[in-house]
Amino acid sequence: MISFETPQSILETVTMIEAVATEMMRPAARYYDEHEHESPWEYINFMHAALKAAGGLTMAPSPSTEDGTPRQDYQRLAHYIEALSWGDAGLYLCTPRGGLGAAAVSATGTPEQKTRFLERFNGETPIFSSMAITEPQAGSDTAAIKTTATRDGDHWVLNGEKIFVTGGQKSLVETPGFVVVWATIDPAAGREGIRSFVVEAGTPGCTVTKLEKKLGIRASDTAAILLNNCRVPLNNMLGSIEAKAQSVEGYKGVLRTFAATRPLVAASALGIARAALEFLKKALAEHGVEIRYGLPRSRMTNLEREVIDMEIMLRSAWLLTLRAVWMADSRVPITAEASMSKIKAGDAVVRITQRAVELLGPIGYSREHLLEKWFRDAKINDLYEGTGQINRLIVARRILGYGRKELN
Amino acid sequence: MLVEAVRRYAANDLRPAAHEADERGELPPGLIAKGWQLGLLQASVPERFGGFGERSAVSGVLAAEELAWGDLAGALAILTPNSFTLPVLLGGSDEQKQDWISEVIGSGWRPFVAAFLEPQFDFTPGELRTIAASENGGFALSGKKTHVPFAAQAEQLLVFADLNGSPQAFVVPRPADGLQIGDRQQLLGLHALPLFEITLDHVRVPAEARLASLDFPLILASFQVAIAAAAIGVSRAGHEYALQYAKQREAFGGPIAQKQAIAFMLAEMATEIDGARLMVWEAAWQLDHGVPASKSAYLALLGAADTAMMVTDRAVQILGGHGYIREHPVERWMRDARGIQTFLGLAMV
Repeated sequence: MISFETPQSILETVTMIEAVATEMMRPAARYYDEHEHESPWEYINFMHAALKAAGGLTMAPSPSTEDGTPRQDYQRLAHYIEALSWGDAGLYLCTPRGGLGAAAVSATGTPEQKTRFLERFNGETPIFSSMAITEPQAGSDTAAIKTTATRDGDHWVLNGEKIFVTGGQKSLVETPGFVVVWATIDPAAGREGIRSFVVEAGTPGCTVTKLEKKLGIRASDTAAILLNNCRVPLNNMLGSIEAKAQSVEGYKGVLRTFAATRPLVAASALGIARAALEFLKKALAEHGVEIRYGLPRSRMTNLEREVIDMEIMLRSAWLLTLRAVWMADSRVPITAEASMSKIKAGDAVVRITQRAVELLGPIGYSREHLLEKWFRDAKINDLYEGTGQINRLIVARRILGYGRKELN
Repeated sequence: MLVEAVRRYAANDLRPAAHEADERGELPPGLIAKGWQLGLLQASVPERFGGFGERSAVSGVLAAEELAWGDLAGALAILTPNSFTLPVLLGGSDEQKQDWISEVIGSGWRPFVAAFLEPQFDFTPGELRTIAASENGGFALSGKKTHVPFAAQAEQLLVFADLNGSPQAFVVPRPADGLQIGDRQQLLGLHALPLFEITLDHVRVPAEARLASLDFPLILASFQVAIAAAAIGVSRAGHEYALQYAKQREAFGGPIAQKQAIAFMLAEMATEIDGARLMVWEAAWQLDHGVPASKSAYLALLGAADTAMMVTDRAVQILGGHGYIREHPVERWMRDARGIQTFLGLAMV
């Protein structure tokens, strides 16, 4: 039956990550927040070496084995990502050896593609990968994607503009990584024409045109990419030949990436939320404010009520996240559960950080402390990988048995 | 397997009876007896005390959710003897277990009840105002208890009282000198469950009436997860009903469920229910594995009670004016949900 015990091997690694978070990430967090677009190489190189030494760990799920054995991949990742984001969410997003691009290859690539694109992450130097989906006129509405992929002999020719590519600069300019680009092979087919293509660093016709200046997670670059007659080999389109033939399957493939990564975004959100809640409780304790548990609401102080409600939100969101990764590890479809975890975690981190800043007054508002940064970092979790509203739409469709025609 | 049987009973017996029971203020004859035959309590008690199983808080919360999904008043009626028996099982001496548990388990459902809640707005479980005083080798109990189920017909009451600053439990037989059963209480919800305020005025019990080694935090956590699980059941009932209604009710040319304003409410309700349920399961799992569960059970109950209120309120909202009419069950679930915190002690797993 269900177990709420975290496997020992995961706990041991989390303890090590927490040391890195405390000793390396927290002290560097403010510097990279104030030096946007400067890559944190000390952290990147350290993590690359550490993950390599730990047997080639990545922050992306490893290629799925199809033999039916239970995995702890996603559960493991959720714990690691939570702990790293507790250290600093911006720096966590700069963790090499994978990322969303690798996750997409893992989820939808053929064995040949997995080998060709993923082996590089085990090399001597850190390498990055990213996803490029959003366009200036198309965010959540992926059917509106205008970037085209046109076949020309044994190549695909990509044309279009991508924005909000997390880590795009590191994947294409600073390291020999790749970006997974969503493009349409048939603009008349709507979302069913969409496929994903691997564009490797150095491919002619692919350039980073802009780095965004953001509210938070400033250590992580957010790039705009121009694809101008960018030619990639035919077999850089992710997925098997059969899947490519069936247009619906092709689109489902790209969606699978999201279902699998949403609980991991939720885990990152909850690392920030835990950091903020711990900061709040510590600050209150230092000022002699004790939080008593076990009282009815009628006897709680306002601060007790706030803190206890935050703890409930955080626990509920974390358990929803664990449920999603447990199911993912059991290879059960998790569309609704993944979105639920993201809804709750996005709400929880935003509310907890906003309230914590409010409750601590000038201390919360001061840049002397990281809390105000966490307030800014938090909000991205309710936006990227599907806004809170898009995830509500997904859950609603699932529980109502509706498709996008009935509910949009 | 047991949970499947409970689910069937909830759907086929509790749910169809709920409306009329609420209107009439009583559960139909035979309903409790049939629920008792599910063997929920018997399955929690070892063979040597007349049962056929072992207590599992996880199984308990699964069953409590199903029963409460059917009807909260009916669920709490069936679980009434649990609140007497399980504290005895967990905190009684072997002799006390032999004496009392075998008696409860032995025949059909019998009104062995717990008296836990006290009639103050700021009732705090660990700070009981009902007092036990040592006297002539026994104890004298004084104080007031509220929401005591079936008190007017109770055979034995398990009264929780403070003894020198620590909460203890005492078995009080009926009738007893100084024990007064008040009029039946009229409440916002839970109309079908007979609840009473009782007054203890120097009620004398022998030393053996005190449960020998009561682990109060454990008992409290077990009370909390049971009621929290019931809150999840009520929430689920409200969510399911509102969801089905929204798919059928048409406005502006289509089902209202196709409007984001309604669909998003339903998605949020489902998310909150699942999150709150996982907290209940975690606390129950901790109870079963000897992990300290006081804090998680407390948080689980707060979370589940908030969820129940939010979800049932929205269920009424989604039905609109129809939700306010007693022909639909959502207004009853909304009334039941508001009382969750004050039903502490009415069920135990």
